[in-house]
Formats: sequence, structure tokens, C-alpha cells
Amino acid sequence: MRLKRKDLLGIEELERDEIELILSTAESFKEVSDREIKKVPTLRGRTIINLFYEASTRTRTSFEIAAKRMSADAINISASSSSIAKGETLKDTAKNLEAMNPDCIVLRHSSSGAPHILARLIKCSVINAGDGSHEHPSQALLDMLTVKERFGRIEGLKIAIVGDISHSRVARSNIYGFIKLGAKVSVAGPPTMMPAGVEDMGCSVRYRIEDVIGDADVIMMLRIQLERHKVSLFPSVREYSRLFGLDRQKLEKAKKDMVILHPGPVNRGVEIAPDVVDGPYSLVLDQVKNGVAVRMALFYLLLGGSREQAVD
Amino acid sequence: MNRLLIKGGRVVDPAGGIDGLFDVYAIGGKIAAVKPYEPSAFSLQPNDWTVIDATGLIVCPGFIDMHVHLREPGYEYKETIKTGAMAAAAGGFTGIACMANTDPVNDNASVTRYILKKAQEEGIVNVYPVGAVSRELKGESMAEIGELKEAGCVAVSDDGRPVINSGLMRLAMEYAKLFNMLVISHCEDTALSAGGQMNEGIASTRLGLKGIPVASEDIMVARDIAIAELTGCRLHIAHISTEGAIGLVRLAKSKSLKVTAEVTPHHFTLTDEAVIGYNTNAKMNPPLRSKKDLNAIRQGLADGTIDVIATDHAPQDITEKEVEFDKAANGIIGLETALPLSLRLVFDNMLSMAELVKKLSANPARLLGLDCKGTLKVGADADISILDLEKEWVVDARLLKSRSKNTPFDGWKMKGKVVKTVVAGKVVYEG
Repeated sequence: MRLKRKDLLGIEELERDEIELILSTAESFKEVSDREIKKVPTLRGRTIINLFYEASTRTRTSFEIAAKRMSADAINISASSSSIAKGETLKDTAKNLEAMNPDCIVLRHSSSGAPHILARLIKCSVINAGDGSHEHPSQALLDMLTVKERFGRIEGLKIAIVGDISHSRVARSNIYGFIKLGAKVSVAGPPTMMPAGVEDMGCSVRYRIEDVIGDADVIMMLRIQLERHKVSLFPSVREYSRLFGLDRQKLEKAKKDMVILHPGPVNRGVEIAPDVVDGPYSLVLDQVKNGVAVRMALFYLLLGGSREQAVD
Repeated sequence: MNRLLIKGGRVVDPAGGIDGLFDVYAIGGKIAAVKPYEPSAFSLQPNDWTVIDATGLIVCPGFIDMHVHLREPGYEYKETIKTGAMAAAAGGFTGIACMANTDPVNDNASVTRYILKKAQEEGIVNVYPVGAVSRELKGESMAEIGELKEAGCVAVSDDGRPVINSGLMRLAMEYAKLFNMLVISHCEDTALSAGGQMNEGIASTRLGLKGIPVASEDIMVARDIAIAELTGCRLHIAHISTEGAIGLVRLAKSKSLKVTAEVTPHHFTLTDEAVIGYNTNAKMNPPLRSKKDLNAIRQGLADGTIDVIATDHAPQDITEKEVEFDKAANGIIGLETALPLSLRLVFDNMLSMAELVKKLSANPARLLGLDCKGTLKVGADADISILDLEKEWVVDARLLKSRSKNTPFDGWKMKGKVVKTVVAGKVVYEG
């Protein structure tokens, strides 16, 4: 099985069975990371370029490890140490990289839609590793995998996404993904962080965190992206934390078997209290672990390789 | 002295009260006579006359686009007066008013004179400079509006850079009134639109692009109408795009204020869904709006609230469009696609042909004070567009005359084409 598409640009355009294929493939790759020799030869001879225009620890490392565990050659390019810093356009960078014949470019970019432009310009596969405020599909896939592992299903679950929905690519991808898999999604956060018409994406819109956590099976806390806002969208970090931050007291109303996700990096004490991040409900590190498996699955499904090779 | 006969066409001249089969005679660049169609007239083709057979065609006063960016001086890589005028002629426009946001800005008489001189030397259509409201478009102090008028400016506008300071807008409108200058306003509250990339709505939410709310336009339209009422100056709202703004203009007109409005073909043809896929040729300011706004615009055109169709022809080089959406320049070219897009309103029975000609010719001529334009009455300038309403064609951006090719209509099937464009009795374009 392969994905019948050249690129992975967003969850919006994926069909439910494509998402399920990615998740089941990722599940089968998980054990590779637990082996003593953490490598399969599946993508030997393939070249994957991680082209990162924005700072990233987790996502970039995760894509790189995933590529290497599949035996692909992974090259990392960051904006600050490349010709991008000399003002080269995305088009020129893309065309020059393409001339070296890679099989896949993984792009992280601060502009929404940059991967779509790249995908139109070049023949190799493009994976969106987060574009502006648009989508972060591999993050949503690893979130779905993490939830599916914990509950054994996604259908019928209640997912609460809390924080800056407006600027969050993680929120958009997760809203599309969880709804496609049959979950009910509600979003909460200050109205200044709620994008126009978000209810038309199929989620219910509440504002106060208390209104969504009571019956949620999954509470996904988003990072407050202080670096993205030209103007503060809330009066103070202190007030945000008190009204919208997830702490022990607010959690008293939550279901006993609920879980907490956070895409990281965490602003401890802002959107989530330190003891909650480190607490028993938190699946934050499971998310990171699953990220590698999901990205291995994406490379496998987009770049090919036979199933036999994959399981040795 | 050139002599021209356009024979047997359906002459549509709303300002002259004519719609029917007529022969149009022009001598020395002026309309000499408009006579009922006479099949035998000039059948021997006297050799000092040029005779155009317009059987089955529309003959109307040349279109006047009161909102064009010619980019010269300063941005000749995007467009020049020459290429812009060629694009205009190909679109049936015999006159174009060019906005002041050149480099240097057209905020003084020497720049105005430069534009007019270049236009006279190289331009094949009439070029009417629009002067700046404020020096260098900075919105701080008035430009020399009196001298701009003397040098040949037909209106003033800080188009692209709204005059944020209400006090300055009041002064400029009070002062412009002295010269009976039209003030054209690009209405945008830039504090509300800051950072915006497209219309605010579900499409911007899905695309993760910062939205521009309709309120940013509505607020400034309301403000400028209030200042027009205060000063008595003539106000023209550029590229109106929202249902709210149209309501405000309708209300102002019901109070007999001297307020008029224009709309672009793209705003009555496309919605913000055209941006999906991050199409930078659907990026402009004001942005493409919602279906609701589009319907209000079409209603506003039909009921006369919107007086003028103007293109906001905004050439941008491919290097400014083939980039990330949020880095892409605003604007699209419009001169060569305006007619077929506007004709859709006629084919949809939203407008009569006469009403369309009013909005493309008679009304802009009147607003800009061009006395001998916008009509085919005897004595008027022989600026004439000859159109084939049945002709079907496909837009190929590469073949457009404009130096830039930034159009969202590339590949569109169109109906209705310019056959000939006549300026001062001479054919300047043949399709």
C-alpha cells in the first residue's frame, strides 16, 4: 500500500482511509525504535532534505531520526545557515535543491501555503512540517496515533483543544483529523484567539476552558505563541494563565480517564501548570515517541519500498 | 484631417440618449454626425474617408478607466505608460486615469507634466493623471492640489495608502472643493487590516492567513462620507468591496450627498474562495470578499448605487507574485479582461448595455470633468469602442499587452471582445 499522492500538505485533503493507513503503518514501525539496531533498509539510497525556515527541535529531529531509521540519507538545512539568509527566494532554493535530485523535501516555513508553492514547483515529494498558521499534518497524525493507542479507538471520543486557535497550525490539522475519524471536537480560548467562522470546520466553539474539559476524553493544550503576535491578544500572561491555563484545580472537573496532550514546546506555568505536564494524565512524551513512527510511515507511504523489506 | 465613418453598428450612447442602428461620422477627431443607418451611404468609399463596417457590432463611446496604476515613473519593470496604454486600447479603453503612487509620487506639477509628456509621446490613449492628496502619500500634509489641477490632474487620491488622519482628510476635501477636484478615497482602517492577507472569513481561517475584516472598509467609508457632508466636497469611493460600504453609499446618495463609487470586475466576479490553493493572483487590496458581499455589489451595480466600473489595473512583476502568499504583492492587471467580465452582467440581465456603457464611459467622464468624453454627441471627441458581444475567446496571459501578467483570469473562457478602439478618430487597436 502507498498513498496515492505526491505530497502530504495537510490533513484537510486526506480521506479517512488514508489517515487510517498512515496510523496503522506507523503502529507497525513503532517496534523498530525499540530494537537494539534501530534501522530497517527500506529507504536505502533515498535522499530526504529537511528544509527548515523556522526554529524547531522536536519536529526536525523527529523527521531526521525517522529518515535515518529507514536508511534514507537525511540532510538538514536551516534558514540561518544557508543561502536563504542571503535572500534567496523559495523558488530558487527549491529549484537548486531539486537539481540534486532528492526524493523528498520536508518543509517547515513561517508562511502559510509555502509547502503548496514548493510542491507546485518541484517533482519530488513535499511533506509539510508546519506552515505558518495553516497546518502541521505530521503533528496531528502523531496526536491521533497517541490517542488511538490509549483508547483503542478515536470514533466517538470528545476532544477539547484549548488556546490560540487562530494562530495554531496544530489546531487546524487536529480539527480536520479527529473529525474525519469520527471524534467530536470542541475548541476553547479567548475570543481574540478564535478565527472567523471556525465552527464551519465542524467543531463546536466554546470560549471558557471550564466549558470543554468536563466531558473531554482528550484535552489538547496549545502553546501560547508569544513570538507570533505583533499585538498581545490577551491582557497579561498572568490573566491568561489564570483563566485559560490548565491546572490541578480546573482538572478536578475532568473525567478520571482523560488524557492531556501538548504539541510542545511547553510554556510551563502559562498554558499548563508544571505538575500537570509531568502528571499521570500527560501523554506529552508518548506524543514525541509516536512522532518518529508516524514520520517513518509517511516516508514509507510516499517514497515507497516494499512491505517485506519494511518488516525484514 | 482624418475622416472616419463607422457604419451600420448598434450605437449605444447613453449620454446622447441613443441606442439603435446609426452611422457615426468623425472629422478631425471630433464626432461630426450620427445619422440613422443608411445602407447605401458611402458605398463607393470616397478615398479620403476610412469606412468601418460595424454590422452586428456595438459602437459606443470609448471606455474610461478611472483607476489604473501605470507604474511610470519608477517601476517601469512592471508597466510603462506605453505598455499600459496598449493594454488599455486592447481592452476598449480610450482613456485611463493613473494613480499617484509612482516613484517619485505624483504630488507635484513636474511629475504630472512628465506623465502627460510621456503619454503624448508614447501613449496611444488619453492618460489622465491623478495627483496625490498628501505629499509623498505620507498622510501628513497636503500636496499642492491647486498646481496639480493646473498641470492637468483630474482628481486627487492617496490610493493604496488611505489618509488615516481625519483632520488632514477634512482639510484636503475642503481645499479640493475650491478647484472642484474629485477626491478618490481608498477606504481602509489600517489598524483593523494590519497584517491581513485576504478577506476575513472561513476561507482565511482554513488557509491560516490573517484576515481583513469588512469593518476596516466600512469604517473608513462612513468616515469619508461624514467628511464629504461636512465639507461639501465631491467624494468617490475607490474599489468598493463590502455590503456595508455599499449600504453607506446608498444612504449618502439618498441624502443627495456628492458621493459616488466604483467597483472592479474582479470584485463582482470572484470571491475569497479564489485564494484557496494560495493563488497569489487572487491577492489584492481590498481583498476578494464573500458571496454575500459579491451579491450586494451586483445589486449595487444594478440599482445605480455603484456608478463606475474601474479596473484598479495593478501590474506586478512575476518575481513579486511567485513567492509565499504573505510575501506576495497586492493587485492584478485588469484592462484587457474588464469588458468580457462586465458583459456577464449584461448577459445575466443585471444591467442593460446602455447602463454598462454609462459605468464604463459616461459616468467616469462626468466625474473626472472630461467634457468632450464619454459620449458620441456631435462635437465630442471621436473616442470610440467597437465591440463584438458574441465573440468567444480564451484569456492567455502571455498574449496580453500589459508588461505584467498577473491575472487570475488566465485560461478563462470569455464572451465579448473589442474589435476596434478609436482615439481622436484614429484606429489605435484592431482585435
